Amino acid sequence: MPGPALEPGTQVVMESSDLQKFIDVLWRKGYHVVGPTVRNGVVVYDELKSVTDLPAGWTDEQEGATYRLKKTDGKAFFAYGIGPDSLKKFLHPPVVRLWRARREGAGFQTVEETEEPPKYAFLGVRACDLHAVAAHDRVFTSEEYADPSYARRRRDIFVVAVNCAKAGNTCFCVSMRTGPKATVGFDLALTEILEGERHYFVVEVGSETGAAVLREIPFKEATAAEKSAAERVIAATAGQMRKALDTTNIRELLYDNPEHPFWDEVAERCLTCGNCTMVCPTCFCTAVEDVTDLAGETAERRRHWDSCFTEDFSYLHGGSVRASAKARYRQWMTHKLAAWLDQFGTLGCVGCGRCITWCPVGIDITEQARALRDKGRIERPSVTVGEHASP
Amino acid sequence: MPVREDKRGQERVWETRGSLPEPMLPLPFTVRKTRKETHDTYTLELQSESRPGGLAFAAGQFNMLYAFGVGEVPVSISGDPAAPEVLVHTVRAVGPVTRAISGVKPGDMLGVRGPFGTRWPLEDALGSDVVVVAGGIGLAPLRPALYQLFRRRRDYKRVALLYGARSPRDILYRRELGRWDKRPGVDVHVTVDHATEGWGGNEGVVTALIPKVEFDPAATVVMVCGPEIMMRFTVIEFQKRGVPSEKIYISMERNMQCGIGFCGHCQLGPYFVCKDGPVFRFGTIETFFGRREM
Ligand SMILES: Cc1cc2nc3c(=O)[nH]c(=O)nc-3n(C[C@H](O)[C@H](O)[C@H](O)COP(=O)(O)OP(=O)(O)OC[C@H]3O[C@@H](n4cnc5c(N)ncnc54)[C@H](O)[C@@H]3O)c2cc1C
Ligand code: SF4
Ligand code: SF4
Ligand code: FES
Repeated sequence: MPGPALEPGTQVVMESSDLQKFIDVLWRKGYHVVGPTVRNGVVVYDELKSVTDLPAGWTDEQEGATYRLKKTDGKAFFAYGIGPDSLKKFLHPPVVRLWRARREGAGFQTVEETEEPPKYAFLGVRACDLHAVAAHDRVFTSEEYADPSYARRRRDIFVVAVNCAKAGNTCFCVSMRTGPKATVGFDLALTEILEGERHYFVVEVGSETGAAVLREIPFKEATAAEKSAAERVIAATAGQMRKALDTTNIRELLYDNPEHPFWDEVAERCLTCGNCTMVCPTCFCTAVEDVTDLAGETAERRRHWDSCFTEDFSYLHGGSVRASAKARYRQWMTHKLAAWLDQFGTLGCVGCGRCITWCPVGIDITEQARALRDKGRIERPSVTVGEHASP
Repeated sequence: MPVREDKRGQERVWETRGSLPEPMLPLPFTVRKTRKETHDTYTLELQSESRPGGLAFAAGQFNMLYAFGVGEVPVSISGDPAAPEVLVHTVRAVGPVTRAISGVKPGDMLGVRGPFGTRWPLEDALGSDVVVVAGGIGLAPLRPALYQLFRRRRDYKRVALLYGARSPRDILYRRELGRWDKRPGVDVHVTVDHATEGWGGNEGVVTALIPKVEFDPAATVVMVCGPEIMMRFTVIEFQKRGVPSEKIYISMERNMQCGIGFCGHCQLGPYFVCKDGPVFRFGTIETFFGRREM
């Protein structure tokens, strides 16, 4: 198709009526397309075949400990805020089998799990979640070891980002410099625009793979007016954001106040349920489980998500290192906002707000950080954290 | 040996790569020999058909040992780094997995992943006095370091081993301890928490042995492994005597599910004990060590 040269950064326009064609092209190219859809009153990520599966007309209300979907008469496909799912569910699944073993004589043989996962295309990924994937890249593909399970799933993904058109009440990506505009890690990024009767997407090209998909569907060059309409959507979202987390010297703030009474206060509320770690797109901890069949002839190792809020997590013969709720909450927050910087050169929080929404008692990491800043003291304020928030 | 900048700006001196090609997959090893060390502790010698040369390892490193269908736990290598053809582990049976591992017979198989983790500072200690302090099963991870110290005895100044066990029947490597004690230029002291009849040796905590050895605080390297509380008091004692935190090394224990920095279980402050440790320069973890429930 003749038209503008499609290079990273190029912006074009796709009419909303062509979205189905777009999804079809991705399937035809061999991708397993995953996108948002409403299930049991929640927006989740699942297989996506048709635009009718998208949560058109749905929006949501989120607060600490509150998530409520609301039907509107709007036509927008992507007016909802993020649900509990992130790409973690696909790239670092809740359970994976690492290997199987079979008894042979007095010994056994191990067979590595090499099953090829689907080649995923993700539609509707928000900026915060792209930063979370970049964070997991650092965790699972370090210079020392790469996790083969993650690497296999991650390698060939196709990402269609959507720039947020509405800030959720628990979001704080602006302060984390991770959103609301997708700036890294996508093949194509959409901004959805409704102007009177017109419904279209401004599409930014992120990669040559993205451009190749685009070439197979109708599009036209974006006009200056259309581009600025997209900019206005993103700016309005940023302007709506109510929450913020001040990251200045955040690492020192956490490391310098481990014994502060502040931790006792939050521990009184925390149920150590681990919900926050399950919904967090960057939390990566796992445990392994070795199982056998009844006859004891075959065995396998499964790895599943684990949470630093459980008692077993830090178990050593004789007891847990972190027996109290205080120690576990402290570990979680200190890991996110301090240790991650040392370990992976980026913060372990992308400001998605999920842990606030899904915490049954509404514990809010931004409020916790603010309380610690008000009460605690930094002993080494000279240490600068650098541009941690942009992986 | 690559010297890399630690992420906190301190130097990280040790290699952490396992020498097995597939870090997630246990490699079957056959049990060749077992020896009962004490009422609850066994030493195993393992070999792999597929790796006749064995596993190259450095003193201080550990493997993840897998008992078929039961589970996998971290266990230090207790053999001689100069003889890697035989993989040696000393295991104390405390729970399901260590009981299964201790119960193996020659001909049985165990899965092995590793070696993982950091090494004892044998290079750093060249030309210095060396004091090795072990508590309980903590002598096992230090034995490879002792073998190396003895082999290059002339490259070090004074060498001492202080070992504390709960009771006389808990003393590991009894015969070897006797032999080491007879070596010229190696000062060995053993103590027990609770003496029983017939024990003519020292009674009391291992720190009480420190005054028995001579060392130059300004040129001494201390290596400590044992229960955390024992390591805490040992470190304090050496610091009091003027040994700087940079010259004291301890080996840490944490829950470990992977050994390679993915599962998150072994964290201590900014460190993954499985790959930034288990052997740490004390000065590096001073702010995080010994804090309650850290
Ligand atoms: C780096 C390192 C080196 C070690 N070296 C030795 C050694 O040379 N000899 C030896 O006898 N023991 C060693 N240990 C301790 C050994 O790993 C534990 O005794 C063992 O994990 C207990 O498992 P279990 O299932 O038998 O007992 P349980 O107490 O029932 O343990 C249940 C589970 O908790 C975890 N766990 C319990 N205790 C520990 C522990 N101390 N460390 C790590 N995970 C634990 C394990 O996942 C274990 O499967 C070492 C531990 C570490 C971290
Ligand atoms: S800590 Fe909370 S806000 Fe931050 S990335 Fe995780 S779930 Fe989102
Ligand atoms: S902070 Fe909230 S979600 Fe997280 S463990 Fe505590 S109660 Fe559960
Ligand atoms: S043992 Fe899994 S991260 Fe260290």
